Amino acid sequence: MKAFQYVRSTTAKSAIEAVVKDPSAMFLAGGTNLVDLMKRGVTEPDKLIDISRLPYNKIEKEGSGVRIGAMALNSQVADDKLIQEKWPLLSLALNAGASAQLRNKATVGGNMLQRTRCGYFYDTAMDCNKREPGSGCGAKEGYNRMHAIFGTSEHCIAVHPSDMCIALVALDATVRVQGPKGERTIPFADFHRLPGDHPEKDNTLEKGELITAVTIPDSPYTKNVHYLKVRDRSSYAFALVSVAAALELDGKTIKSARLAMGGVAHKPWRLLEAEKSLVGQSVSEAAFQKAAEVAMTGAKGYEYNAFKLKLAPNSIVEALKIAAGLTA
Amino acid sequence: MKTSKKKVKNEARRDFLKQSSVLSALVLSPGQAVKDPDWDEKVAAPFEKVALKLEVNGVKHTLQVEPRTTLLDLLREQLHLTGTKKGCDFGQCGACTVHSNGERINSCLTLALTEDGRKITTIEGIAKGDDLHPMQEAFIKHDGFQCGYCTPGQIMSGIACIREGHADTEDEIREYMSGNICRCGAYPTIVDAIMEVKKGGQTV
Repeated sequence: MKAFQYVRSTTAKSAIEAVVKDPSAMFLAGGTNLVDLMKRGVTEPDKLIDISRLPYNKIEKEGSGVRIGAMALNSQVADDKLIQEKWPLLSLALNAGASAQLRNKATVGGNMLQRTRCGYFYDTAMDCNKREPGSGCGAKEGYNRMHAIFGTSEHCIAVHPSDMCIALVALDATVRVQGPKGERTIPFADFHRLPGDHPEKDNTLEKGELITAVTIPDSPYTKNVHYLKVRDRSSYAFALVSVAAALELDGKTIKSARLAMGGVAHKPWRLLEAEKSLVGQSVSEAAFQKAAEVAMTGAKGYEYNAFKLKLAPNSIVEALKIAAGLTA
Repeated sequence: MKTSKKKVKNEARRDFLKQSSVLSALVLSPGQAVKDPDWDEKVAAPFEKVALKLEVNGVKHTLQVEPRTTLLDLLREQLHLTGTKKGCDFGQCGACTVHSNGERINSCLTLALTEDGRKITTIEGIAKGDDLHPMQEAFIKHDGFQCGYCTPGQIMSGIACIREGHADTEDEIREYMSGNICRCGAYPTIVDAIMEVKKGGQTV
């Protein structure tokens, strides 16, 4: 690991100032991804600003919603009684990610900012426009089994690896940010970005902006929810495809639905049109098939990940069936 | 190294604060912010060794550590506690699992300076003298290992798994132990060992 300066901050203000004035300074929270990237030489900051004990680790009711501090640990959120009761989809998604040890260190803010696990991004001998803009994309013509089927660009076909973020985008969360110019909020769906011409930018944060919290509005999705994660082993692996599904039912009729997918795009992939297609329908496999068909509009496979074009809709149907109680 | 004079003068007050924050930590839920007396502004140049206070297996240490030293390397190289193993060094195998303030973490992905003031427990710290920890006994009884390299991590993780309340069924144990890889494939007997300790109801 390249040597770096360590700066411990006790206030958000001093942490932000330290990052703003140094081009290669980065915030350090749980470090479960950043330290890994530093050991491999993928990320080489000259300075780390330790924000891990800033007082943003509470999970609190805010109106009819909840405010989750950015420094709250993944395990803490997953095990939180209020979250389990009111937003169980988030708890399910968190527990599907990483391992118990990693969830005890990884923070909510850090989970959002984790980098793709694309092998070409991680291998510094390979071309990668995300790691080294302009060098090319090794994955496009390479071994792209784990890669995106939605929203790709000619410069990058990587996916965002988070599970937590898939639930948060489905639940209409909002990101609270503090920066050199003050505070602002970002709708969760606009936080991460598609690769376009700038795959080196994973999200819409400006230099020095610090995530302080994520808020989730009140939600009717307390019962009929499921997070389905399809992966190469039954636990502790990144998703080939994951689906966050939530239904609001009135008897057998779907009043509203929330659907998002992971492992398929550069950002958490919300399925708004598929959600709309479910509203007013009766709970049935046919309705779910239709939603899955709608969801797949615009999907495009590559040499080794074309299987996702079948796996994704099948996973949507399966997740909805489990959420609706049609399948155990 | 930057140590304020005020900090030294306030040693007694610091101890009081430390005790009272431990008490409040017990009262408050884990998520509540607790003013941390061990967390002050600190700067360390790239190769500069700065003071780090850690309690390891009940012994208080003041160590000199440079920023890029991981908790794993500190334990093994500086404190010579080589029971904690370096398997992958990238947080993928769990061989480096230790407890920080009672919670299991991967020590390989933890920069030592970020653990200031915390209590670390390693595999060397769980037996009471010659009396093995119930989890150690159970691993021996059920033959929960072959080569043994992953075992310290498995045992530390297994203890945490029970403490967290995630060891009620074999399936639950498998899920919550998935961060510990055993390349010999001793999984069935590892699960048996954890299940037995859980069923035995001993305090872990």
